[in-house]
Amino acid sequence: MDILVCIKQVPDTKDIKLDPETNTLKREGVESIVNPFDMYAVETALMLKDEWGGTVRAVTMGPPQAEQALREVVSYGVDEVALFSDRAFAGADTWATAYTLAKGIRKLGDFDLIICGKQAVDGDTAQVGPGLAQQLDLPFITFVRRIVKIELDSRTMVVERLMDDGYDVVETSLPALLTVVKEINELRVPSLKGKMKAKKIDIPIYSAADLEVDPDSVGLTGSYTQVIEVFAPKPRGNRIILEGETEEQVEKLLNGLTKDKVLSVKID
Amino acid sequence: MCLFIDPDLCTACEACVESCPFGAITLVDDLAQADETCNLCGACEDVCPVQAITIEKKTGAPAADGYEGVWIFAEHRQGKLAQVAFELLGEGRRLADQLGVALGAVLFGHDVKEEADQLFAYGADTVYLADDPALAGFTDDMYGVLLAKMINEHQPEIVLCGATSIGRSFIPKVATILGTGLTADCTGLGIRSSDRLLLQTRPAFGGNIMATIVCPAGRPQMATVRTRVFRRGPYQEGRKGELVEIDVARKNIVSRTRLLEVVTDLSEKVNLAEADVLVAGGRGLGEEKNFDLLRELADLLNAGVGASRGAVDAGWISYAHQVGQTGKTVSPKLYIACGISGAVQHQVGMQSSDVIVAINKDPNAPIFDVANYGLVGDLFDIVPLMIKRIKTARS
Amino acid sequence: MDYFLTEEQKMIQDLARQVAEEKVLPLRAELDENEEFSREIIKHFADADLLGLGIPEEYGGMGMGVFEQILATEQVARVCCGTAVTFGSGGLGAMPIIYYGSKEQKQKYLPDVASGKKLTAFALTESTAGSDASGIQTTAVRDGDEYVLNGTKQWITNAAEAEIYCVVAITDRSKGPRGSSIFVVEKGDSGFEFGKKEKKMGIRTSTTGELIFNDCRIPADRLISREGMGFIIAMKALDLSRPGVGILGVGLSQGAMEVAIEFAQTRIQFGRPIIAQQAVQHILADMATNIEAGRALIYAITKYIDSGAKNISKVSAMAKLFPTDMAMQITTNAVQILGGHGYMREYPVEKMMRDSKILQIFEGTNQIQRNVIGQELNKQFSSRKNKG
Repeated sequence: MDILVCIKQVPDTKDIKLDPETNTLKREGVESIVNPFDMYAVETALMLKDEWGGTVRAVTMGPPQAEQALREVVSYGVDEVALFSDRAFAGADTWATAYTLAKGIRKLGDFDLIICGKQAVDGDTAQVGPGLAQQLDLPFITFVRRIVKIELDSRTMVVERLMDDGYDVVETSLPALLTVVKEINELRVPSLKGKMKAKKIDIPIYSAADLEVDPDSVGLTGSYTQVIEVFAPKPRGNRIILEGETEEQVEKLLNGLTKDKVLSVKID
Repeated sequence: MCLFIDPDLCTACEACVESCPFGAITLVDDLAQADETCNLCGACEDVCPVQAITIEKKTGAPAADGYEGVWIFAEHRQGKLAQVAFELLGEGRRLADQLGVALGAVLFGHDVKEEADQLFAYGADTVYLADDPALAGFTDDMYGVLLAKMINEHQPEIVLCGATSIGRSFIPKVATILGTGLTADCTGLGIRSSDRLLLQTRPAFGGNIMATIVCPAGRPQMATVRTRVFRRGPYQEGRKGELVEIDVARKNIVSRTRLLEVVTDLSEKVNLAEADVLVAGGRGLGEEKNFDLLRELADLLNAGVGASRGAVDAGWISYAHQVGQTGKTVSPKLYIACGISGAVQHQVGMQSSDVIVAINKDPNAPIFDVANYGLVGDLFDIVPLMIKRIKTARS
Repeated sequence: MDYFLTEEQKMIQDLARQVAEEKVLPLRAELDENEEFSREIIKHFADADLLGLGIPEEYGGMGMGVFEQILATEQVARVCCGTAVTFGSGGLGAMPIIYYGSKEQKQKYLPDVASGKKLTAFALTESTAGSDASGIQTTAVRDGDEYVLNGTKQWITNAAEAEIYCVVAITDRSKGPRGSSIFVVEKGDSGFEFGKKEKKMGIRTSTTGELIFNDCRIPADRLISREGMGFIIAMKALDLSRPGVGILGVGLSQGAMEVAIEFAQTRIQFGRPIIAQQAVQHILADMATNIEAGRALIYAITKYIDSGAKNISKVSAMAKLFPTDMAMQITTNAVQILGGHGYMREYPVEKMMRDSKILQIFEGTNQIQRNVIGQELNKQFSSRKNKG
């Protein structure tokens, strides 16, 4: 099976905060990581490769430093990588991102399966996967939590996709695109040989011209949505600790909750 | 490159440097310069006192021509309208009234016609009903292509859908087919009076920042909306509207995926997004069987049971219950966190709850930072006492 | 401290730390509580290419030196000493084959060791032969194309879990220390059984048990090197592995100190974090100083060993002695800093304290190490005197 994984380099969101004074992102000390959900996509691809053979390729769209993210997945066992990078791609929304990825992936050739993480933790949109599938005219299944079976002869696979109230068992024809949730597997560790390879591997960079994109469809120009304002969320900032012995605390709590109308208990 | 800084106009006042939310602008030789981290958000353009900064934005024809009306997708699953459908009707009604246009509700399913009355009663002027065996279960191809065709035909200016597993899956496909913008997971909507654009506000970076987004050129303007963010509108008995029935078979849609089975987790409520009350447990529970204590409280409160990543990783409860960055985002009326320390990754999944109760024996646990009621103590003392007090109060 | 590691060495260090934190840390308390050995964890180390660090590249390993191996072991011990013992004793068990095995033996066993498919164990100790290895009772008698082994080995790390055992047995009692030999015994060989599994004070995430040879028949080609080399090979293997025990003390101490510092920074008593108390600061200062000294000693000695040094008995004894005595003290003090919390199993330092005790005992007690150092000093200085 030839599998392609789409990854994204993101800032480690737990460190990201907006400075309420200046309304700017505090960036100092914020590390770049591979989007955690994408690592599950990589693991899924590697497990399928272990079982079925073939190759695993990873691509990303991003600034030149995004090659670090690609090197990281190589250390886990990804065979080949490619970086789609051009100033013209900057400011892309999910539509323009999916368009650019689709152009790049078409350049790289055919794949049996494309796997993405369910969403990126910086944007949290979960839109690029389905959008990419549509751009490539592929069937897709989102939020996959388990691969039930693959039949290469009939070119079909069956998966479980997580729903809000349980899960659906869905069959798709191949090639297809999946987005995966964390539940699907447990990450392996990188290998020393992989790390050595990652250090040396030559990462091909594809520019807008290489991908033959329509200049009006990439980056900010190609984006339908525009961010007009960013601001810090209202802090909750109450931090009220109830005083007293356990009994007293519980009384205060239940009285408070009743007053807040979130609990219908009559406390005398 | 789409960000231009005019060297003849720039006075090196640094207003743009301070305004940049991404820290992408620096002064080099007394001239402002943007580096690769610039994502062209435009914050600097607004603050520049000498208009030295311009950003080339997608202009395109104002696509609003001919597009009119607000649509909501009334999600229906397993014989039941999703809660978010009513919330969307409430919010959609408000937006439609502000714009002076009609509110349409789209209903997909099989044998679901009688649900249309409810949609009218909660504010829909028109219900677009696609009732067909092929829509009995959810598949992205059927739902996506059908909705895209309907939108092309009727041309609403706004389409809203719940940010549910279903909405977050097929709506991006619809937006891609139509070639328009889509904003995910909105928590606030409004209309900009100057140009009737839909203002879509959503959290990003794990909830650490909020962003307001518009879609000036693409139509319709599409957004998915988080469950439990908006209030459902008033129920108006006997309210009627126009029912438009769609002939699904004539649309000739072929699905490349096939729904084989729907498995509902009946063991307990896992639809955390819809629960009014959530009782969640973390590492502090110590072991799997102690979740029974939380289940007892949850049953009393008709609540769902959530969990921290720690508890899920320990194998005490399934992933479907996980709240937080790598799990689900919830915003119930009441969230009771028991033995959860409240790492940032957990907080982003629950901090928009109306009321948060934190029970933890460590007074320094970060969960208390977001709590409306913090109880420092042993959850094995506190929770049983709560159960007892609620039971006596009710009897 | 920057030890000017090469990029490759940093990679090994980072990787070992990552595996330890991602795969060992979450299971540490549970495995310790249940006295459970996890084969799965070992598999992760193998998948990371860390199990074959010291195995030559032609046999599927990474062909690294002792220094690189202890860099990795240190990171594992920082998180869980018991796991690091398993990780390290796999290395000790393979050493006789790596250094003295025939080409055929290497080809047969080493690739599976490097890939983690097979675990190794080193079997020397018996009930009558602890510090005094000459008390070995296990015998191997040649019978045609076979050797027949009889006897019992005790306190063997990886017993029953390993597939490959390097066993020291007497082939000719009349020759004293020169009458012992080393054999490879495989799990499943006829007459080879496992006795009781020990219940231990510490390093409970590793497994320790008894090997029983009851007319155990093995092909003659399982003999490593030649008859009579047993003691020499065993001593060489132990010389090479003692810095590996020392590094367990360094890693363990580092882990304990980190827990102690974090606790001292957050624990408020008398209105301020206890790290503001000089009494606490001084303990931490001594910890940090000793750890750095122990680390520097081992790094220097292992580099010396890797340079091809011949007589390493004294330095390798030092590399075991200092850091392991230090670890006992540091882990005890870490428990002290955490106070009542430290004594509870909720915090990891009591485990670290239990784990550290064995380091002063196994692979030659620290008293034996002092003997070795003392004897070597005597030899060294008397030869100088003679020369002078």
